[in-house]
Amino acid sequence: MDVIEATGLTKRYGETLAVDDIDFSVAAGQTVGLLGGNGAGKTTTIAMLLGLLIPTAGTIRILGHDMAHDRFAALARMNFSSPYVALPQRLSVAENLRVYGHLYDVRHAGQRIAELAAELDLTDLLDRPAGQLSAGQKTRVALAKALINRPEVLLLDEPTASLDPDTGDLVRSWLERYRAESGCTILLASHNMAEVERLCGHVLMMKRGRIVDRGSPADLLARYGRDDLEQVFLDIARDRVRETVA
Amino acid sequence: MIRPSARRIWGLMYRHLVLYRRSWPRLLELAYWPTLTLCIWGFTASFFASRVGSAGAVISGMLLGGVLLWEITLRSQMGVAISFLEEIWSRNLGHVFVSPLRPWELLAALIAMSVVRMLIGLLPAVLLAWVLYAFNVFTLGPVLILFALNLMAMGWWVALGVVSLILRHGAGAEALAWSVLFALTPFSAVYYPVAVLPEAVRPLALALPAAHVFEGMRALLEHGTIAWGHMAWASGLNALWLGAAGVLFMVQFRVARERGALLTIGE
Repeated sequence: MDVIEATGLTKRYGETLAVDDIDFSVAAGQTVGLLGGNGAGKTTTIAMLLGLLIPTAGTIRILGHDMAHDRFAALARMNFSSPYVALPQRLSVAENLRVYGHLYDVRHAGQRIAELAAELDLTDLLDRPAGQLSAGQKTRVALAKALINRPEVLLLDEPTASLDPDTGDLVRSWLERYRAESGCTILLASHNMAEVERLCGHVLMMKRGRIVDRGSPADLLARYGRDDLEQVFLDIARDRVRETVA
Repeated sequence: MIRPSARRIWGLMYRHLVLYRRSWPRLLELAYWPTLTLCIWGFTASFFASRVGSAGAVISGMLLGGVLLWEITLRSQMGVAISFLEEIWSRNLGHVFVSPLRPWELLAALIAMSVVRMLIGLLPAVLLAWVLYAFNVFTLGPVLILFALNLMAMGWWVALGVVSLILRHGAGAEALAWSVLFALTPFSAVYYPVAVLPEAVRPLALALPAAHVFEGMRALLEHGTIAWGHMAWASGLNALWLGAAGVLFMVQFRVARERGALLTIGE
């Protein structure tokens, strides 16, 4: 069963076509990577999926809800994390999580916050203002916020950007474990090819607003005759696409 | 349905309330301008009262009543607009709008916060007017509730207009949060009757609910009568302006979603 279905999705800003008639679906429990260079349309696509941005054309259904008419029913069952969207800096970690516990109407929010704090190693940081945290700590808090409502669909925009390798690995391990335990569906936009290879069962390659290729990491490697996704990414970004590739 | 909505509204209020709980300078700032304005006008009113004789007490009451009641509008308007700006300044709008919080719940939370901010800000000025100038605003009687509700409603619709302009034009329009109501002060007949205004601008004044409230307040202080006609005009105009501001907000919210402004508005 497809949890995310995007059909003919298009976003135009005046003369600029940010997303150009893309179709894709994500099956329940799958982790899909959205790859592409800067300006490829990844963030625009995620913003449309979240209802932050109204598409110029096309339809989006998430968890069976049409996002044009019934987005709040879907939003209650999904969540989002991005290092580019902040949490209030003067609120403590616990206060921030309490706010989102209320906004998502989480039952037994205090217990949920304690669980997340223990799992993401945030217990000692709960009383600290969010503005005083390191980049790695902020990422873990953002992830805790994204998981506060036990989402069935998780949209992540560069979840490990600006993290050191150790913290990045911890976050990736945690995401793998969460998906395995909860069956959550994850759509992940990233520039980190190793991360995508590790986490994603399926990859959508975007360029200039279009999906130019798709498949499992293994399929893409085989199709481009490359050893890693970074080389595939460069082939696509620099138009070094082999003749055999459609 | 009611419980999740109430909880989301409380969630957004809690986000603002914890800031005030923690920061006494923030609390002080709420009361600073109303208290300062009251002091300046209080001494001015005392000076007039000492020169005018027996009519001075009524004039003094009109001035102080005007100051205190107009602060209700000012604080209500700023309460909504500045609470919204707090979300922009903290770059938090992206998270707020991907939660199940409905736009009307956001407005309800902002309005509830404006009531809290207005009460905290105005209470010291009300007490000071009583202690320093022997002016007890509560002697206006139960109709004071009608005055206050109408003045709060005017603050809310002006704030909704400001928030709509911020959604349309970004943080560049944020100066309006502090300034827009001051531009309406001369036409709101706060300290003088509408009849004092040039004939050409009287229709503008009479289109503002505040002008009717202050005409009502003066009638009460001078003649001891409640001007129900003015109260009806104030309430009707507020309903009209609130409706128009609500439509404007919804249109601009949709435009912001079309332009992608909800993610970039603070930048």
